[in-house]
Amino acid sequence: MPDDIVPTTTAPKPAPLDKKAYKSDQEVRWCPGCGDYSILNAVQQLLAQLGVPRHQLCFVSGIGCSSRFPYYMNTYGLHSIHGRAPAFATAIKTANPELQVWIATGDGDGLSIGGNHMLHLLRRNIDVKVLLFNNQIYGLTKGQYSPTSPPGLKTKTSPMGSVDRAVDPIRFALGCGATFIARTIDTHQKHMLAVLEAAAKHKGTAFVEIFQNCVIFNDGCFDEVIERSVRDDKTVDLIPGKPLVYGKQLDKGIKIDAAEARVVAPAEATSWDPSTRSAAAAFVLSEMAEQPGSPTPIGIFRSIQSPTFDEGMNKQVQAAVAKRGPGKLQDLIWSGDKWDVK
Amino acid sequence: MPQSTSELPLQLIDSVVIRFAGDSGDGMQITGSQFTHTAALFGNDLATFPDFPAEIRAPAGTQPGVSGFQIRFASSDIHTPGDAPDVLVAMNPAALAVNIKDLKPGGIVIVNTGQFGDSDLAKARLTSNPLKDHSLDAYRVIEIDINKRVIEALAGSTLSPKEVQRCKNFYTLGLMYWLYNRDMEPTLKWLAEKFAKEPAMVEANQKALRAGFNAGDIQELFQGRFEVPKCDVLPPGTYRNIMGNQALSMGLVAGAELAGLKIFIGSYPITPASPILESLAGYKQFGVLSMQAEDEIAAVCAAIGGSYAGHLGVTSTSGPGLALKQEGIGLAIAIELPLVIVNVQRGGPSTGLPTKTEQADLLQAIFGRNSEAWLPVIACATPSDSFDCAVEACRIAVQYMTPVILLSDGYIANGSEPWRLPKLEELKSFPARFRTEVENFLPYDRNADLARPWVKPGTVGLEHRVGGLEKAHLTGHISYDAENHEFMVNMRAAKVMKVRDSIPTPKVEGPARGEVLLLGWGSTYGSIWGAQEMLAEQGIEVARMHLRHVWPLPHGLDEIFARYKTVLVPEMNLGQLVRVLRGEFPQRNFVSYPKVQGLPFRVHELVAKVKSLLGR
Ligand code: SF4
Repeated sequence: MPDDIVPTTTAPKPAPLDKKAYKSDQEVRWCPGCGDYSILNAVQQLLAQLGVPRHQLCFVSGIGCSSRFPYYMNTYGLHSIHGRAPAFATAIKTANPELQVWIATGDGDGLSIGGNHMLHLLRRNIDVKVLLFNNQIYGLTKGQYSPTSPPGLKTKTSPMGSVDRAVDPIRFALGCGATFIARTIDTHQKHMLAVLEAAAKHKGTAFVEIFQNCVIFNDGCFDEVIERSVRDDKTVDLIPGKPLVYGKQLDKGIKIDAAEARVVAPAEATSWDPSTRSAAAAFVLSEMAEQPGSPTPIGIFRSIQSPTFDEGMNKQVQAAVAKRGPGKLQDLIWSGDKWDVK
Repeated sequence: MPQSTSELPLQLIDSVVIRFAGDSGDGMQITGSQFTHTAALFGNDLATFPDFPAEIRAPAGTQPGVSGFQIRFASSDIHTPGDAPDVLVAMNPAALAVNIKDLKPGGIVIVNTGQFGDSDLAKARLTSNPLKDHSLDAYRVIEIDINKRVIEALAGSTLSPKEVQRCKNFYTLGLMYWLYNRDMEPTLKWLAEKFAKEPAMVEANQKALRAGFNAGDIQELFQGRFEVPKCDVLPPGTYRNIMGNQALSMGLVAGAELAGLKIFIGSYPITPASPILESLAGYKQFGVLSMQAEDEIAAVCAAIGGSYAGHLGVTSTSGPGLALKQEGIGLAIAIELPLVIVNVQRGGPSTGLPTKTEQADLLQAIFGRNSEAWLPVIACATPSDSFDCAVEACRIAVQYMTPVILLSDGYIANGSEPWRLPKLEELKSFPARFRTEVENFLPYDRNADLARPWVKPGTVGLEHRVGGLEKAHLTGHISYDAENHEFMVNMRAAKVMKVRDSIPTPKVEGPARGEVLLLGWGSTYGSIWGAQEMLAEQGIEVARMHLRHVWPLPHGLDEIFARYKTVLVPEMNLGQLVRVLRGEFPQRNFVSYPKVQGLPFRVHELVAKVKSLLGR
């Protein structure tokens, strides 16, 4: 019996909520210039802004550069095994519903080795927030192609170019029936903050793909789209309730017509609604970037309300207790047909 | 009591072994369980051995599709379902062909001749009819056209001809109740409850049961009847009949209660472990959170997540599933959280023999992870022992903040026996303590048991991170330091070895020194005990001992082993415990007796082995 652990002092009040309070005392060990820094910064800023007490936060991760995230947060954290963070997070949220649970994962961790678990996390709609750091490469193992790498990418394990077709995280999440799906960019703090705030406030699984630059093994892989000078013309921000207009001068729009999204004049742009019953429009947008001349959508693709797994599980327990009364060991063991031996 | 009007002599006997055998669709498992239920209520000691194919409905009439259920019931204290049946009930030629070789010479075989047409023989791949070719001359063959008898018995029923045929098993059961002078009441009652929504089914099956019973009186098939009196030699107490998986599930609930915790079970369906997840899913009133995960890996990870969050994490599986879980178990060892992993072993490797028993996951349990990843392993001996072992697994997990592997097997999981119900006050509690004290908190500090503090996330002021990277002693910070790593590897191993301080040295039954000590673990318990008794009847005294804790091994074993010339270790594998023992006690003489047929040891096999060892 661990009898030397006896509570003797009462716990102090939660620490004041400023960004620094969320920083752990561990030295951050990402490469200088890595996009991960800005994500860490945005998350810390957001949590301070929302005033979520540190003890109510739990960050769960798998393996990879992104998965070091929990060590840098002065909250509860579990650095688990490769690809399985969704399974841990599911149980943590279900068994301890008061916690706000976040998952930090990457394209390899979340969509390759952990693809199956990501599917089930999204379809079950666990109330956790997923930060998927997409850098289209394996960083921690030093530069092999990932499931989001574009076909033809030359890496150490694909010296003649990768023959794999890439998975699009947004379309994957849509296919899994995720209730909140968004995309943001590591270098665009303002946008990231807005998207993460919406994710944090969503009840259910919030899946956020973050274009993240790996300066060492895949530097500039998103530059064509996100580089500051072109960003406004190469991306369209999906803002609920707002028309799909973009361009430095807001001089272009996107119109969704049947199964197609076209570039049109701003006045003709579709007013964006990520909460429609059908996810068809979101899907059309997710494919749009593949047409030459079309922007890459960022922002909120989907946001709908649906019951969560964690609540459902706990409600069943409550219902069973209400119906049968709290379980009694005596009744459980001493049930069924019995006989006596004298 | 039985309403038989028979004037045939009633012969008292001590123990009977019956095997019901038929097609997978013939309902033999139900027939067997009903006979068991009745024997239990009557007060016999009993042991059962269901044996069925991996396919749900293998092609009808074929030998691979045969499903069997063996029950031994007795007026004395018995330990196994019996080596060889006294009575074989064969519902078709395939069932006869598969099982006849096991029947005792001179045994009774009851054959359903209604299922012995040419096409039935062909389906069973028999070239001649065993009822005509004298191959059954060594047995007492009772031929009954059960197909026809149920049609007669159910004349006028609203059931379709196909449904009528499905009542055959109750006709057979009725006949066996008559032969062994049993009360039909419990089964009549069970039928009424089971088919409460289908009165026609209740009536038909009850009629078939009675018709079978009456057939004994009317048809003059037998020369006499038998009675197996109540067993009065069991320790006094209240009993119920229990299957291994059932007892194990209840043990988990009890263990969690004794620790003051709620269970989080993450499991993935797998034969023969699925009933554990099914049972726990039905115990929600105990606060059990049960999750059918997407795979074995997610199942163990969710269970660990449950423990991390302050529940008692449990995952249940069978061998192939344990293989998949091992990386996750390694994490639980590294982050030092309680976790109970139940492995109901089956024949392998790979998919192997899903419905057959084996003990070949012992080394996988003890050593099957990357690096030095030690954990305690305990093994259930019998169906009812599974309750105590599950409680013990919870205790060790919570007290030492460690994953524990609990080994059962297909034989224990599906077998049943009378269980002397524990009084709640006999169960010792082991309350889990959650650290809330902020001052001097170090996540990898340790108590006298070398266990680290358990902190529920959500506790103010104790925010900290844990993970699979090596941790610095005390602080738990990531550390790649060479000396620290070695220290931590040793510390984790030392903690597991510390479990020895809280477990008893197992008792030796029989002579305190001598030629042979029969040493067992897991489900060989009953066969070994039976063999010891049979040897004693033949004037050969041997000792036996059984290990519940297979890793770490309890204190005091060496002194015991030293007192015997040979330690004979029967195992349903190629000698896995023996390998462990030879490593731990190189100076002692261990002889392995392996059997890997997907079947438990027969008492006779063990007796013969001991005798050959003794040159007798
Ligand atoms: S390898 Fe790439 S992703 Fe990993 S820390 Fe360095 S820059 Fe970041």
